[in-house]
Amino acid sequence: MLELLKQPWPWYISGAAIAFIMILLLVYGKSFGVSANLRTLCTIAGAGKKVKFFDFDWKTQKWNLLFLLGSILGGVVASTLLKSDEPLQLSAATISDLKELGIAFDGGLNPSQLFGPDFITSPKGFLILLIGGILVGFGARYAGGCTSGHAISGLSNLQIPSLVAVVGFFIGGLIMTHFILPLIF
Amino acid sequence: MKGLKFIIAGLLFGIIMAKSEAISWYRIQEMFRFQSFHMYGIIGAAVVLGVVAVYLIKKFKIRDIQGNVIAFQDKDRTWPRYIIGGTIFGLGWALTGACPGPMFVNVGYGYWAMLVVIFGALMGTYFYGLLKDKIPH
Repeated sequence: MLELLKQPWPWYISGAAIAFIMILLLVYGKSFGVSANLRTLCTIAGAGKKVKFFDFDWKTQKWNLLFLLGSILGGVVASTLLKSDEPLQLSAATISDLKELGIAFDGGLNPSQLFGPDFITSPKGFLILLIGGILVGFGARYAGGCTSGHAISGLSNLQIPSLVAVVGFFIGGLIMTHFILPLIF
Repeated sequence: MKGLKFIIAGLLFGIIMAKSEAISWYRIQEMFRFQSFHMYGIIGAAVVLGVVAVYLIKKFKIRDIQGNVIAFQDKDRTWPRYIIGGTIFGLGWALTGACPGPMFVNVGYGYWAMLVVIFGALMGTYFYGLLKDKIPH
């Protein structure tokens, strides 16, 4: 069983498992959406004193922070107990495209070239990761949700605004991938 | 402890995200280059099952563990925020390879550099709070 779980999971198992998490949170009386935690963390840091958007009782979101804590632990379990020894099965076309950008495929989940100590301690690397994070955080709150809140919860509830948000995710993702990444790398 | 079930749900979510490789920068690049079905399969399967589940929950008025009928909130029917906000989000998603859940799962996985991305995401959230009343929704 453990050997089976250690393998990379096929898409249909993963998709079903994500739907299960969404349903589980509904049964707990909550709604699946991870990016709301970013607002809560700003509130805990004291942002509510200066900006009204953050002035709310963060304790109502305690459950979501616990969920977030659990997801970090999930990462720990996946990288230890359930670690796969096989390299990621990335498509040959992607490997070749990235090579043209100068980003090597090293078989891990994330390129050490972008997430290793050398890149992050360089001014360019630090700025790229920081600005990327700012775009995700700003965009998620502006759109009122991220992949979990819109693509999973929202689409499951047939919300047209969520579909528009997901179209936006792809417009941004395609612009970054095909037009901006070649300028950066 | 009442909160334990949320930690366990999060733990499962983190394992799923990592083992499905949805936390992988490479996989996100593959998705935005349309070079594999993997990510589309994951999101598609989750949404198809989610649609059926939400339909059944509404039809049979399923209750949550507190005994309340599970209710769904409709999103506001305005458009600029979804298309502009979504596009900004997508730019960051393709650059860092991480949306908010996977950022945190990646830190647990040992990718410490994601802490910079998380710090940025908190800054971005704060900027939104500052500008909220000045931008179109």
